[in-house]
Amino acid sequence: MSLVILAGVAWCVGWWINSRLANSAASNTRAIKLLVPVIFGVTVLVVWELLVRGLEVSLVILPPPTMIAERFANSLPILWKDLFQTFLKGALSGYIMGCSAALLMAVAVDRSDFLRRGLLPVGNFVAALPIVGTAPILVMWFGFDWQSKAAVVVVMVFFPMLVNTVAGLRETSAMQRDLMQTYAASYWQSFFKLRLPAALPFIFNGLKISTTLALVGAIVAEFFGSPTVGMGFRISTSVGQLALDMVWAEILMAALAGSFFYGTIALVEKSLTFWHPSQRS
Amino acid sequence: MKTFLSVLTVLAAIVTFWYAACVPMNIKGVLDAAERAGAEVTPATSKARRDLGSFGLVAGNTFAIADTFAQDRPRLPAPHQVITELWKTTVMKKVTSKRSLVYHAQVTLNATLLGFVIGTGLGILLAVGIVHSRVMDMSVMPWAIVSQTIPIIALAPMIIVVLYSIGVQGILPKAIISAYLSFFPVVVGMVKGLRSPDAMQLDLLKTYSANTSQGFWKLRLPSSMPYLFTSLKIGIAASLLGAIVGELPTGAVAGLGARLLAGSYYGQTVQIWSALFAAAILAGLLVALLDLIEKLVLKRMGMGS
Repeated sequence: MSLVILAGVAWCVGWWINSRLANSAASNTRAIKLLVPVIFGVTVLVVWELLVRGLEVSLVILPPPTMIAERFANSLPILWKDLFQTFLKGALSGYIMGCSAALLMAVAVDRSDFLRRGLLPVGNFVAALPIVGTAPILVMWFGFDWQSKAAVVVVMVFFPMLVNTVAGLRETSAMQRDLMQTYAASYWQSFFKLRLPAALPFIFNGLKISTTLALVGAIVAEFFGSPTVGMGFRISTSVGQLALDMVWAEILMAALAGSFFYGTIALVEKSLTFWHPSQRS
Repeated sequence: MKTFLSVLTVLAAIVTFWYAACVPMNIKGVLDAAERAGAEVTPATSKARRDLGSFGLVAGNTFAIADTFAQDRPRLPAPHQVITELWKTTVMKKVTSKRSLVYHAQVTLNATLLGFVIGTGLGILLAVGIVHSRVMDMSVMPWAIVSQTIPIIALAPMIIVVLYSIGVQGILPKAIISAYLSFFPVVVGMVKGLRSPDAMQLDLLKTYSANTSQGFWKLRLPSSMPYLFTSLKIGIAASLLGAIVGELPTGAVAGLGARLLAGSYYGQTVQIWSALFAAAILAGLLVALLDLIEKLVLKRMGMGS
């Protein structure tokens, strides 16, 4: 019981520190902006730990964070193998194939007004569908290994990427395009010097949306059949064995991989679209 | 009108491509069946056929092309097979029958809607809190943004099993997955929307000596509507995905996800495709409905285009 009270105390202390920090004069500095969410995260973890231990919650319902961390540290080799299978082989290869196919398709579609008009509504519609449902079909076609996961990822990222790129390639104003024309620029010159750079913010938006979709696709596709390695496989089998600390460790790994993937794309975006208003502030 | 024509063209191209793809995808199965039935097939043994590419098989056995569109368990069912199956399992069956797709769609839809309502409700509440409290903004908002970069759907199997082990089953576990998938997009979109009034407008309300709640109801909430509907549309698609994935790990007996899984276990490709299309139609209807509500609401508010 004392642990539960302690959890309440920890929550109040964390909140009090944060409210002092957030309402202090220095609250707009970078350090405070980073510190406040970190304190909040740590508070949540501490409260979680104390509550689980204090209320003696069964391990098959919710393991405490320390146990998850311990399991994470102890099973790094397995986690690394799963990450390699799901993230590098499945998600990343599918992501690269799907995004580049969508880019090329967008460039082709952009040359014809008729096609663009027809493809955009269809693309927008497909982007909202539960595409992950194609997973059982693709697993049937491409087998249990990473190829089927990559195929699911290709299908999932293709349309969001296509719609964003096509929208981006429309971004230049008539004035800018006229200027290129007065320079007697060829189609490809004006494409590479004007329209592609102008489309970059949109392209990166699509790329960023696709990072999450890629991981979701690769993990969910493994629920429909996989070799005995992979994050989705490990999650579904560990759930079956009620080894919830392993499930949480795998989720932590997926979260780390997802934020890392997204962060990398965001960094590249920052270096390539430094001129855009959204990056300058 | 022009848009309509071009959409039709694109759709026609997709259907044509689909039919064309059926031929090489299914030819091997058709030839195996034809050989068993005693027909003359060009490479006579199934092993020789495996070594030959699909296109070579099509070129050598043009008589079999028609059959590739009418197999029982094709690798890729033709569009009309899927449509026939959809028709058979929706209109021709009683709605209460376990074989009716309407029944399965309704099971999934219930979980989706319940989760969607919970998720968006909580999401809007949290967004209101974030906009009005600096502490909440600084502590919670970064986590809400980070959560969009990670595949939180990986939590789904665990939620189902854990809730099952404490005796909660049926619609609620699926709804919880739907709820947390729609929760974060709504929080992020709604915070953006509630912050969309510019300083000038906020200042104006201040000169009227409006208090916080008046500012919220008369300025912030109305101007957040376009953002709210955008995130609702993302949220409902995510909810449906959550409900479908939530049906996978327990081997649920009812719902579109269960149909997908059963179809993949028993190699019933036509069933998988029709479940997939049912899910797509459901998602399309839900998004279109929200679209309609958005148009009506914005029009009444004088914000419609």
